[in-house]
Amino acid sequence: MSRIGVFVCHCGLNIAKTVRVSELAEFAATLPDVVVAKDYKFMCSTPGQEMIVNDIKQHKLDRIIVTACSPLMHEQTFRKVLTASGLNQYLLTIVNIREQVSWVTHDIEEGTAKAKALLNGAVYRSRLLVPLTSRVIDVNPNVMVVGGGIAGIQAALELANTGKKVYLVEKNSTIGGHMAQFDKTFPTLDCSACILTPKMDAVLQHKNITMMTSCEVSEVKGFVGNFDITVRQKARYVDHSKCNACLACTEKCPGKGISEWDESLVKRKAIYIPFPQAVPQKPIIDKESCTFFKKGKCRLCEKACEQKAIDFEQQDTFVQVKVGAVILATGFDLMDTKPLVQYGYGKYPGVYNALEVERLFNSAGPTGGKVTLRDGSEPKSIAILHCIGSRDKNNHEHCSRVCCMYSLKFAHLFKEKTSADVYHFYIDMRAAGKGYEEFYNRIIEEDVKFIRGKGARVAQSADEPGRLVVEAEDTITGKFIKLPVDMVVLSPAIVPRADARDIARLFNLSTDKQGFFMERHPKLAPLSTMSEGIFIAGVCQSPKDIPDTVAQAYGAAAEALTIVVRDKMELEATTAMVNPASCCGCQNCVRVCPYGAPSYNAEKKVSEINEALCKGCGLCASVCPSSAIIARHFTNDQVLAEMEGLMEF
Amino acid sequence: MSQAVTPYLEMSQAIMEAGGEALKKCYQCGTCTGTCPWTPITHFNIRKLVRYGQLGLDGIEEFMWGCSTCKFCVDRCPRGVEIIDVVTAIRNVYSGGGMLPQSLRSFVGSMSARGNPWSGDQAKRNDWAKEKYPLYSADKEYLFWTCCTVCYDPRNVRLAKATAEILNQSGLSWGLPSVDVNCCGESLKKVGDLELFERLKSNNLDCFKSQGVAKIITVSPHCLSSFKKDYGEDYEILHFAELIAKLMKEGKLTPKKDFGGVKVTYHDPCYLGRHSGVYDAPRDVLKAIPGLDFVEMERSREQSMCCGGGGGGLWMEKMKGERLSDLRIEEALATGAKILATSCPYCITMFEDSVRTLNADDQIQIKDVTELVLESLEINIDEPVADTCAL
Repeated sequence: MSRIGVFVCHCGLNIAKTVRVSELAEFAATLPDVVVAKDYKFMCSTPGQEMIVNDIKQHKLDRIIVTACSPLMHEQTFRKVLTASGLNQYLLTIVNIREQVSWVTHDIEEGTAKAKALLNGAVYRSRLLVPLTSRVIDVNPNVMVVGGGIAGIQAALELANTGKKVYLVEKNSTIGGHMAQFDKTFPTLDCSACILTPKMDAVLQHKNITMMTSCEVSEVKGFVGNFDITVRQKARYVDHSKCNACLACTEKCPGKGISEWDESLVKRKAIYIPFPQAVPQKPIIDKESCTFFKKGKCRLCEKACEQKAIDFEQQDTFVQVKVGAVILATGFDLMDTKPLVQYGYGKYPGVYNALEVERLFNSAGPTGGKVTLRDGSEPKSIAILHCIGSRDKNNHEHCSRVCCMYSLKFAHLFKEKTSADVYHFYIDMRAAGKGYEEFYNRIIEEDVKFIRGKGARVAQSADEPGRLVVEAEDTITGKFIKLPVDMVVLSPAIVPRADARDIARLFNLSTDKQGFFMERHPKLAPLSTMSEGIFIAGVCQSPKDIPDTVAQAYGAAAEALTIVVRDKMELEATTAMVNPASCCGCQNCVRVCPYGAPSYNAEKKVSEINEALCKGCGLCASVCPSSAIIARHFTNDQVLAEMEGLMEF
Repeated sequence: MSQAVTPYLEMSQAIMEAGGEALKKCYQCGTCTGTCPWTPITHFNIRKLVRYGQLGLDGIEEFMWGCSTCKFCVDRCPRGVEIIDVVTAIRNVYSGGGMLPQSLRSFVGSMSARGNPWSGDQAKRNDWAKEKYPLYSADKEYLFWTCCTVCYDPRNVRLAKATAEILNQSGLSWGLPSVDVNCCGESLKKVGDLELFERLKSNNLDCFKSQGVAKIITVSPHCLSSFKKDYGEDYEILHFAELIAKLMKEGKLTPKKDFGGVKVTYHDPCYLGRHSGVYDAPRDVLKAIPGLDFVEMERSREQSMCCGGGGGGLWMEKMKGERLSDLRIEEALATGAKILATSCPYCITMFEDSVRTLNADDQIQIKDVTELVLESLEINIDEPVADTCAL
């Protein structure tokens, strides 16, 4: 015989609008073992909490049911109320009558009926709840940051400065990311390299950061506080422990590969560093373009290297890294605009994408910072086309957020570096950010032409061979514009990395509709994920500019620190256990568990569950044919009782 | 006089209720206008039409007839607005009360009185066949749906005959519809007369049901699209070009005559291409005919130009300089082609008009794919032909 208290929250009108809350409380009072039932405007408020505390004392309650919002919001709040009153926190039941009831109906009859059914089930289950004890585990103090762009660099530096050991994993041969490709940054027009390279160097010099370039995460095991991660160190064919970065090898190399760094605009050597300020300043060999790997002879780099650092025999190796928390900062790709045949990218040499243009502006880029077309001439007329593949149901529905601003930056740099006329074709100008509207005004005053209409087609000029014609409607005048230009710049959609879904699978994250990593809560937990201990920062979460990316990196570092700053942490007690007496050894549980918690003990012929790995999802219990697995807090008896309560309605 | 206007949201609501719901999604980026084949040569502005519809502004009726429903803008629209539905709904709402242009009145009148757009006598629908070809009955596999235009229009009767002869040659069991059927109603719907369209549709469906029709061959892409998208019934429907391509692949039709290297280009009808997604079949057929030197025009397949005949355009007068078909003929001539092939009776009509008015009829011939196939099979429909029909 238990003594249950039921507390019905109005949540202002959030719940009370479509659930008759006082009727629900009156109904609760009629249910078995319910000693007291009350409704209140805001149960999560201090007076609401005090009401529960007082009723626990006064009525000697030993089970509490709060019908309110999702347990994701206030389960912790009410658990603390129980603990403070001397009750075990697992004797709390939250009935979600907001997200699952009041917010999903307009019908107060239906809403009230469903709330009653859920509450009835909760009372039945509550009577069978037992006190549980949380587990306490040791926390590994180290952090892994995946992705060496500005987000990863900033997060790594912040954590390292607190004294924590950081592993910075980067798949390219240098850190720096997209920001290192830019020449200037909006709206201040400061030199991108000038503000980024000091941070890259700080990473290199920091005693608490282990920089792992040419590396990819290949396996993730463990859980918050105790991740065990396998990192694949890709073969560089250069022993970086011997290399003294003299770069004599690159001078001698006859191989020619396509420079990924320069967006394929130029060739590079087969043994190379991507750009002059690369960190580490040590080369790698690209197997695809290396003469030795292709033809079996050459080895000119080996002859040139006094340090004997060249190693054609090098293989990929695997490194185990143990950390307490992980920050993912894997960045973005630019959409491939070739399939949008109407814009002629990849067909007409005068059509460029945004990253290619960033490289044209850059003094370390393929043209030494001069704006010239592929034939070496300077463009006299340039069109910048916004929203290519963004805000587009046929391609990517989201707004890529930074294109308006970098397109304005392009216009400024074109004006500065050429005498060209510059035209924007845009739908809406989005300049919401500190100093952004002012920057837009500045570009307007630089006599850039703004045509309010999306570029519809880029064609070859019929009259002037080699020139292009941009076709669009100027929606302000309603006139059809055919604009002859020498250069077209496409500002394409920013999309998730091609391998974002693989990364999400490795770290057990969800992705949103567009494929970006899903945050735990869009407003209140934008850097956390549904996987405890895994945090996200930068564009891998959604398109954003550098200031927001850096702010997120600081935030993610702080989030990770809240875990690794502790020696020990408490984990949920809601794990599964095997009763060996009734286990038949079928290993169904081993097959279904996504966390690798159950294993088969061949000697005893039974399954065993490693509680440190168990997340309490209950899959194993549901597939166990002999009911040998007990999911704590969700035992068969408890779940069946709740269902019985639900089905009475 | 005041230049101020007031949004008239009841009108906007009426357009949405008539099937133009999608207009509220439009964010006025102008991609449609920039894509529209009419934009460079007329004052028609499709974005503005949608904008007037959003606000229910007066004056919409003055430019609602410019669209030929080619679907280019729909395919490119970043908001996924079904622009043709909006156009159709606007025409539906406004074309009552004498707003119908003079040229369309006889079209709609004929549809209403005779069930076809050509003022043809319904009893004479099958007269072109001279009783040489069988009527459809439930024991036959295919119904050869003869578009009104190939039944009544003297130029396009050749398409009907060619199709019938090729069907006989291929040994399939097939038949013509009885004279009880009427126009599929596709263009009528696009003109906005949704009520009359429903009447025509339901009469046709009754005929199909009573005769146990399961498989339909159409020679016009307009009938094809209408049956597939507007009739809402589960028939197996093929355009004849698709069937020919299939028969050729299976070896059931083998073109014989060698054309000796004559250059041919192909115009994708909007309703076969963009509306129905059939691009390869007619090209495969042309490429399989010996001695045809196939060349593409600059704008082809998904980016094809419109002939101007859809959406009621076939029945509307356009000034010289405002005809898409003229531009298309010029594009075809630029390839050096001697034959402009297509697979739609509307396109044939539009192009035949244009080659005459452009005085280009000695430079380029307009042919339906079926006519070229028939020629390559060395069957002559101009002379009395042996009755090969299996009756």
